[in-house]
Amino acid sequence: MKRALLTGNKAAAWGARLARVDYVPAFPITPQTEIIETIGNWIDNGEMDCRMVTLESEHSMLTAAGAAAATGVRVFSATSSQGLLYAMEMLYTVAGWRAPFVLVNVSRGLAAPITLEPDHNDVLAARDSGFLQIHCSTCQEVLDSALIAYCLAEDERVRLPVIVNMDGFYLSFTREPVQIPDTKIVNQFVGEFDPENIRFSASAPVSQAVAVLGGTPYSYFRYETHLAALNGLAVYDEITEEFANTFGRRHDAVEAYRTEDAELVFVMMGSFATKAIDAVDGLREAGWAVGVLRPRLLRPFPADHFRRALAGKRGVAVIDQNLSMGKGGVLHTELASALYARAECSPVLVSFIGGLGGRDISLEEFYEMAAVTRKAVEDGEAPPPRLLYTKGELREVKKLQAVAHAERQELGKEQ
Amino acid sequence: MYRIRYHGRGGQGMKTASRILGTAFFLEGFEVQDAPRYGAERRGAPIFAYVRASSQPINERGIIRRPDLVIVADDTLVAIPAAGVLSGLTNWSVLLISTNETPDIWEKRLNFSGQVLKLPAPAEVGDPLELRFVGSSCTGAAARLVGVISRDSLERAVRNELVQLGEGVIEKNLGKALEAYDLIGDHAGAVREAEKIPVDGYEKPEWVELPFEEARISAPAIHGAATSVEVKTGLWRTMCPVIDYGQCNRCWWVCSTFCPDSAISVDEQGTPHIDYEHCKGCMICVAQCPAHAIQIIPEHQAEMAGGQS
Repeated sequence: MKRALLTGNKAAAWGARLARVDYVPAFPITPQTEIIETIGNWIDNGEMDCRMVTLESEHSMLTAAGAAAATGVRVFSATSSQGLLYAMEMLYTVAGWRAPFVLVNVSRGLAAPITLEPDHNDVLAARDSGFLQIHCSTCQEVLDSALIAYCLAEDERVRLPVIVNMDGFYLSFTREPVQIPDTKIVNQFVGEFDPENIRFSASAPVSQAVAVLGGTPYSYFRYETHLAALNGLAVYDEITEEFANTFGRRHDAVEAYRTEDAELVFVMMGSFATKAIDAVDGLREAGWAVGVLRPRLLRPFPADHFRRALAGKRGVAVIDQNLSMGKGGVLHTELASALYARAECSPVLVSFIGGLGGRDISLEEFYEMAAVTRKAVEDGEAPPPRLLYTKGELREVKKLQAVAHAERQELGKEQ
Repeated sequence: MYRIRYHGRGGQGMKTASRILGTAFFLEGFEVQDAPRYGAERRGAPIFAYVRASSQPINERGIIRRPDLVIVADDTLVAIPAAGVLSGLTNWSVLLISTNETPDIWEKRLNFSGQVLKLPAPAEVGDPLELRFVGSSCTGAAARLVGVISRDSLERAVRNELVQLGEGVIEKNLGKALEAYDLIGDHAGAVREAEKIPVDGYEKPEWVELPFEEARISAPAIHGAATSVEVKTGLWRTMCPVIDYGQCNRCWWVCSTFCPDSAISVDEQGTPHIDYEHCKGCMICVAQCPAHAIQIIPEHQAEMAGGQS
């Protein structure tokens, strides 16, 4: 075992390398490209025994990934943002094939307007596809999650592809100390991919993409995929228990930080959740009973884990780094549905939208969110959803609009 | 926790410099987080990088709002608001600047009450090629300023981070880093770890309700013609192309055609003119000119010679 400074992208590449993947279909996109470059270099140097093919688009990349996985080889790929959306048709399709493989998504806000920095609208667009989703908050978790994801995807009770998500910049380009486990131990943990009855091979034609007319067979196949995804909950818990015993690191489906005696809880996913941990330490010093819950597993949704962890809590600040247009925060909605009409578990849920397009969330803002949530508990009523956006930021945008207005006038004069 | 921010231009090696410092901290047993931050810009655009180091695991992420040390590898960045060099500076912060001017000039100019420390800028040293090593010099100085990194760890960090660049490059950078480490010795330990912001008396964020605005205002449209003129990409240059009109054979098209930013125009006599407000200093014109009539001079020298930019 070696401890080294690695970016999230390098950690993802290490995950693929240690899982001994056979095939990597690839297409570059910022901020994911370093993953593909790293694996490409290792293949060139003979450090990784693997076939990499660059495809002409993410749509083809996902098709190749699903088809290869269906032949019984271990497949890894990675994308981000617009690339994930471009592949969306195939995301649903290969999940329907029940082809297990691992796709790393490096979260980046969606256009328009274009940005390079992260939020979770890209990966949440794949929420209903049949891919399971693991969300990471540190570079270490990226490496570990890739290994866990292969165990989860390939388990015969699941057999679905898995997305491992990390935030662009905040993890992808950020170096942190990462334990790189020994190959031998990883080999024992991940094991060989045993595709059993889904092997698709030469001279034995199989159609993966059957057409079914009428809702009866369709409903069957779709609901079977849903049941497989739900099985993922128990399977995930088993795998992470074994992971903890093997490597000494816990990656629970819902990570809990100082929640046992907490009255108020922050709920959020991704790398910004470590900022919440920092804020909780500060608030605890000042005597506030506050904790953090972070879903690592978003699909399947760990509803029971949340119910257990939130039993008896008084207030929850859900911080969504995403925005469903015309509705609000996705995690807030999901959590509300999981807690609805549960007498033992009915905290006031306060919705915050923050971190869109990589917009920072400051320590003071966490303190303030705790204060707002405490007030909501006292009032017994949640305030309207709050976008984390300051007077200074609005002033900045107003200035840009003023410049644009002046330019329009200038252009008008010239014409 | 140490919070250190680097400011430089794309191509000046800020990412590598920040990684050398990160690795040096790591070798001293610190928990470390280092990261570059940039957009879609090219060479010469302002970029920054940050390094956090602590004896405890680091949960902070992203922008460093209140830096203990700000490193400026290129003093022309101070005047560019988008570079954000001065953001979050307090009298607690140390400003390390690669410059030709004296620290007290910067203190006055910036109305800055913290400590300003100077590294002699490469242009002052005389050889423009020295510019390539400004990152290593800055990191050597920073390693000494935090007071917890040994000369040996700095050396190992330079070797680790530059291993793929070959022995010659390593030796040169190592020389620069160690030279700066020794030069700034009087100020060893000047940079200290700031305390975490306490809950009591924290500054409340001034959140606002975002008002609805009609699509003609709130849709993200920009006006190409005017915007391109207003963005002074000439500020990105570190090196400056200068036409020697005695050598120019008035071919009327080569340099202007190859310029990717349409920053060279040709007048009726066939004489090319460089638009220094928008030339990014890519030097493609220099490479393409068949008469070898375009020279490269460091931006500092160009400014002093008559302010092309």
